[in-house]
Amino acid sequence: MLDLLFHTQMSLGLGQAAAVAVLAIIVAQFAASRGAKIGREIPLVLLRGIVQVLLVGFLIAAMLRGPWWTGIPVLVVMIFIAATIVRRRVPELPGAYTLSLLCMAAGAGGVLTVMTLLGIVEPKIIILIPVGSMVIAQNMNIQSLFLNRFLGEVRSHRGEIESALALGAAPERAVGPYLHASFHASLIPATDNLRSLGIVWIPGMMAGMVLSGTSPVYAALYQFVILSMIFIAGAVSCMTATYLVPRRIFTPQQQLRRLG
Amino acid sequence: MTTNAAVLEARDLSRTLDQPGGPKSLLRNIGFRLDQGQVLAVLGPSGAGKSTLLRMLNRLDEPTSGVVLLQGKDTRAMDPRALRRRIGMVMQQAYLFPGAAAANVRYGPAQHGIALQDSQVADLIQQVGMAGYEDRDVSTLSGGEAQRISIARALANQPEVLLLDEPTSALDDVSKQEIERLLATLVRERNMTCVWVTHDVAQARRVADLVLKLEAGGPSGFGSPQELLHA
Repeated sequence: MLDLLFHTQMSLGLGQAAAVAVLAIIVAQFAASRGAKIGREIPLVLLRGIVQVLLVGFLIAAMLRGPWWTGIPVLVVMIFIAATIVRRRVPELPGAYTLSLLCMAAGAGGVLTVMTLLGIVEPKIIILIPVGSMVIAQNMNIQSLFLNRFLGEVRSHRGEIESALALGAAPERAVGPYLHASFHASLIPATDNLRSLGIVWIPGMMAGMVLSGTSPVYAALYQFVILSMIFIAGAVSCMTATYLVPRRIFTPQQQLRRLG
Repeated sequence: MTTNAAVLEARDLSRTLDQPGGPKSLLRNIGFRLDQGQVLAVLGPSGAGKSTLLRMLNRLDEPTSGVVLLQGKDTRAMDPRALRRRIGMVMQQAYLFPGAAAANVRYGPAQHGIALQDSQVADLIQQVGMAGYEDRDVSTLSGGEAQRISIARALANQPEVLLLDEPTSALDDVSKQEIERLLATLVRERNMTCVWVTHDVAQARRVADLVLKLEAGGPSGFGSPQELLHA
């Protein structure tokens, strides 16, 4: 119906965005009227989302004319911003920003570097930035889940952890069961995405590739590659965190810090 | 090591927390000296700083000032893990690790590279009155049974000093009496030096050689039960 009102691709896109934004606001207001704690911030969130994604669109359009490596600083900046978002999820964790930055640099940064060097991700701006941003964004979610779950486990098992310390356990050993539980829990969405791929859902990127005329079979294989990269990046960042995070929650005298 | 060194000595121990609203004193100017086999009861109301004191003795918390000496040596110069093996602790709740009772008993020595023999584990579990419970899953134990296993777990490290942080306060009356008797017997039989935190005056009178009374984070009395605890 919208294509009857809008005749250029840009105007059609803006019309589609406005239509879904209005629908989202209506749904949020309805939910708020039923007692849900959403509503007021939704218009702002939607506005912020559209501005951010438009900026990226303009940025990619501008960068398409430049060499591929100009995408690298963009991805690096994304990792820095992602680390600030993870830190907000765990404000009580000392050094959360540096920790998240290191973990995502190892996870998303490491995977994107290796995949580009292997030629699995083509070094083209049009591929590097969308694929990179997907890997970084999902890595950020996995990292937030890991740290959030881990700190929750530490808070609710303080007695067990201090009992282990009191028996002479090393800090890493005392929190070992909670690191493993958090590692497992944080990767559940990524593993479930792989498990249900094509059966329960057809991811956005694959749908986009098919819509733009790519062979559906190639699009499916490429989507598998992306999801596997997300899983690998998440696993690497969480493994890095399992080594780094105990140092943040224990003092040099191997005492468990008070968290929050 | 000096020949007349106390087994455990605290000198002018204090702990202050830095908080946004200003520093908060949790404990100040605590001192005592315990020889081999002596039991010190630390008495006081909630918030008096009893647990804080205990946690500074095995360095689960760090003193802001003062010093703890174990066999005459400053505990700050010791590796915290080695110190905690030498100063065992039983907490208010058992906080057992998931799995079998035997695995809990093996835990402490395993942290120091020592694998207990099955017979040693059985012996420790028997000493706390739980013979035959080695393979029992700890999730099936009652509060009193779990506390017995936690005592066996602490003893497995063969500590020189035992810290007891209100070990009977979370138990029903019957279990409370049984655990108190068990601990008193084990401490006497092994001639262990012991710091026993309690808010129960009668319990302190029954088990202690010395009493330290705390009030609002400071000492309000130190001496024998006869001197400090009138019937």
